[in-house]
This record gives sequence, C-alpha cells and structure tokens, in this order.
Amino acid sequence: MNLKERAKVLDKEGISRTLKRMAHEIVEQNKGIEGLVVIGIKTRGAYLAEQLAAKLKEIEKSDVPVGALDITLYRDDLTEISAQPVVHSTDIDFDITGKKVILVDDVLFTGRTVRCALDELIDFGRPANIQLAVLIDRGHRELPIRPDYVGKNIPTSLKETVEVRVKQLDDIDEVVVLGGE
Amino acid sequence: MEKAITWTKKHLLGIEELSEEEILLILDQAKGFKEVLERPIPKVPPLRGKTIVTLFCEPSTRTRTSFELAAKRLSADTISVAAASSSFQKGETLKDTARNIEAMKVDMIIIRHSAAGAAHFLARSVDASVVNAGDGAHEHPTQALLDAFTMREKLGRFKGLNVSIVGDIAHSRVARSNIWALTKLGANVTVCGPKTMMPVEIEKMGARVTYDIKEALEGADVLNILRIQLERQKEPLFPGTREYIKCFGINREKLKKYAKKDIVIMHPGPINRGVELSDDVADDEYSVILDQVTNGVAVRMAVLFLLSVTK
Repeated sequence: MNLKERAKVLDKEGISRTLKRMAHEIVEQNKGIEGLVVIGIKTRGAYLAEQLAAKLKEIEKSDVPVGALDITLYRDDLTEISAQPVVHSTDIDFDITGKKVILVDDVLFTGRTVRCALDELIDFGRPANIQLAVLIDRGHRELPIRPDYVGKNIPTSLKETVEVRVKQLDDIDEVVVLGGE
Repeated sequence: MEKAITWTKKHLLGIEELSEEEILLILDQAKGFKEVLERPIPKVPPLRGKTIVTLFCEPSTRTRTSFELAAKRLSADTISVAAASSSFQKGETLKDTARNIEAMKVDMIIIRHSAAGAAHFLARSVDASVVNAGDGAHEHPTQALLDAFTMREKLGRFKGLNVSIVGDIAHSRVARSNIWALTKLGANVTVCGPKTMMPVEIEKMGARVTYDIKEALEGADVLNILRIQLERQKEPLFPGTREYIKCFGINREKLKKYAKKDIVIMHPGPINRGVELSDDVADDEYSVILDQVTNGVAVRMAVLFLLSVTK
C-alpha cells in the first residue's frame, strides 16, 4: 500500500505543548509526582516517555524514574505478522512494586499493544496502579482499554495510519496522518 | 537501526549452513533474552502452547538443562526423553522413536546423539523443527553460538580477534562448530593439540594448526580449552595424563610465560580439573566459564524463538 501524507497534525512545538499539558494533568491527578514512574513502550513511546518525564521535572523540580518496555515477546500475533519480530531489551532498572506507573505510547489504536504492555509490566512487579498516557488516540479499539491522558483525539478511517515521528529516529518531531489511494 | 534480516530456517543443524548475518541475528536476539533472564519473573509467553522434546542419546547436564530452561522461560511445554530409560533399549530405531514422538504433536525436537549426522537424518524424517544439541564429533551449534556471544560480550568484536582452541580437536564437535562460526565472523582461529588428536585437513576449514602450546598462547585474545574426551577414544591417544598436562594443560605458569595478561579463558565443560585446565585458572578472574553457561540459556532462547516464529 502506497501511503500519502494527508495532514500534519502536530509539529515539534505542538508535541511539546501537548506533552506539557498532559504532564500538568498527571501532576494534578496524582497530587504531585510522589511514587510516580514513567515507562514508555518501545520504540517511539520510549522517546515520548523521556520527554514527558522532563516536563514533569520542569513542573515539580524533581526526577521521575524512566523506563522502556519492549513488548515483542508478549504479542498475540507473533506467528501471523509478516515481518520478523525483533526482540529488544526492556530497560526498567527500578522496582515498580507499589509505584504509580504512567505507561506511555505514541498512538493508541486497537489496544493490543497496551494489553501486551500490561501483561509484561505485571511480570515486573505489582504496581499500585497503571495509568495510560498516549499522544494520539485514533480510535478503533478491539479491547476494553481506555487512556487516562490523551494528547489529541484524531478520528481516522481504517485505511489511514497515524505516524508519530521522533527526532532520534526520524530526524523530526511531528505527527502526520497517512492515507491510502 | 539494525538491518532487517529474516530468519528462514526451520532447523538448526549446524553452523556450517549459517551465514554470517544469520549468526549475528541469533546473537543480537540473544541480547534481548539475556535481559529477560534478569527480570524478577524471568519468563515470557511467546512459545505458549508449543511442545518441545529433548531427545538425548548421550549423557549431558549442561546442554540439556540449558535447553529445557530456555524452552520453559519461553513458556513452551517440555518433555525429556533419555536414551537410557527409553525404547532405544528395546531396539527401536531413532526414526521410529522420533516419528512416534512426533505423532503426539510436538513442535520441536532437540537431539543429541553419538552419531554424526543424526540431527540431519531426523530433520529429513519428521515434520517438527529439529535442533542439533551435538551429533558425534560433527557439530554442536548452540555451543559455538554461546561461545561467540560470550566473546562479543567480553571483547566487543570478532574481526581480527585471535582465538585459540586447545585440546582434543579430532573428537570435538565444539571445535568444529566454533571454527565455522568464528571464521565466518572474521576471527582468526588457531587449533592446538597433540598430533594424534588433530584431524587431517582441518586447515581447510580455515584454522591455523600448531602442535606447540606456546604458539597457541602467544597473541591469543581468547583461549577455548576443550575437554579431553576419554570416553570417545577407542585407543589411548597420548602416553599418559601427566604427559598431556605437561605439554597442553593450561595453568598459571604457562599463561604467565606466553599469554597476554587479559586473555579470556573459556571451556565448554565439563572440566577435567587438573588435566586440561588447572584449578587456579578455572576459577580465575579471566575465566568466563560460568558466563558461558548463563549465556547458553539466552542463546538457546533466541534459537528456539527464531525457529518457532518462522513459517
């Protein structure tokens, strides 16, 4: 499928402002950042998690532990996907038991990735709670999963895809909607 | 980002059949699995519902435990069949045994056998994936992979690395698989041992041959010491153990005299302590023998994972 860029939804400043707002919501909801940890879903969610943690630090003036989760081994479609799954490491060098985990991903779509992440997180310990923060919610959920913090809701058709690009991998920070035909 | 090379093989029978890229793919994946082993719950679900049989027709502790752990860490169900307590004793052939096991719907068979080519034979006889866990003096691919993984972990490279393999080369499947792997990865391999334990034409595999331990030690970055396999020798291949120790046994004195200070010492186990390797060196800080064992589980997880997600 040849995808054409349809619309730029957010640029660098837009992403930054959105994450800042989400950080404020997280601080408000949790009454500070005591006991909070931020864990991003690899690959792009992990970069957003770092940005989000930096915003939290700006607001509350103290560090929040940041980790990254590789969900490959928890996927429910390992034998169905055409591309070979590549296993990366999960980097969580702190105990999550009793912590409030802010789980971060770039795009929330079917919810299956989040399901994998929840299963994996729980194998790492017993957090006090897990809250879901996503930069983009594009709808079309296949599982009963809902985000606690949303950067932007973008209604899409199934023919479209939403791409979050981060500077570390894509040389640019932006969110675009791509469509077929 | 790493290159997207795709694993297409159904079986892992030997290193000879693998490309450099395929070897590196296994090693890269193994890094991820090593991290899994360090988690509070060192278990992940990708092989849920798969059944793996280990069919060991030769004694083994390390390899078998390692494969079984690897399979269990990936959530596969494992069953082990040991030759001593199986129908082999009643005269059933390998092919019949394997096909009967397969009829019980297993997805993968891990086999160790004293006959070279046993794994290849099995791969032709059954539909399940076959992993060679050692066939006679032919190949022991996962050992070579875990050795390579450990070398890369300790030294960070393969190109130009000098690796000396010392001991009973003729009877060693570890030596053969290691030579295949390391030469493909760009390392320089030297093999050293008594003439009676040196197979003819081993140079053709791309290894340098020496009968002098001094030459094997000089300039070596890694020393892989093989076990003297008394059980495989039909007639004695050296005059006596004392003579072997004197000429080829690795001890602190020889290392001090000829080897680099930071030489990495490896041994596939089990060690004949005081024969091919002295006690003090086996437990030395340069010895990575126990790292090899730990890495073995991660490497085998990578192998089982890749074989099972291949269509």
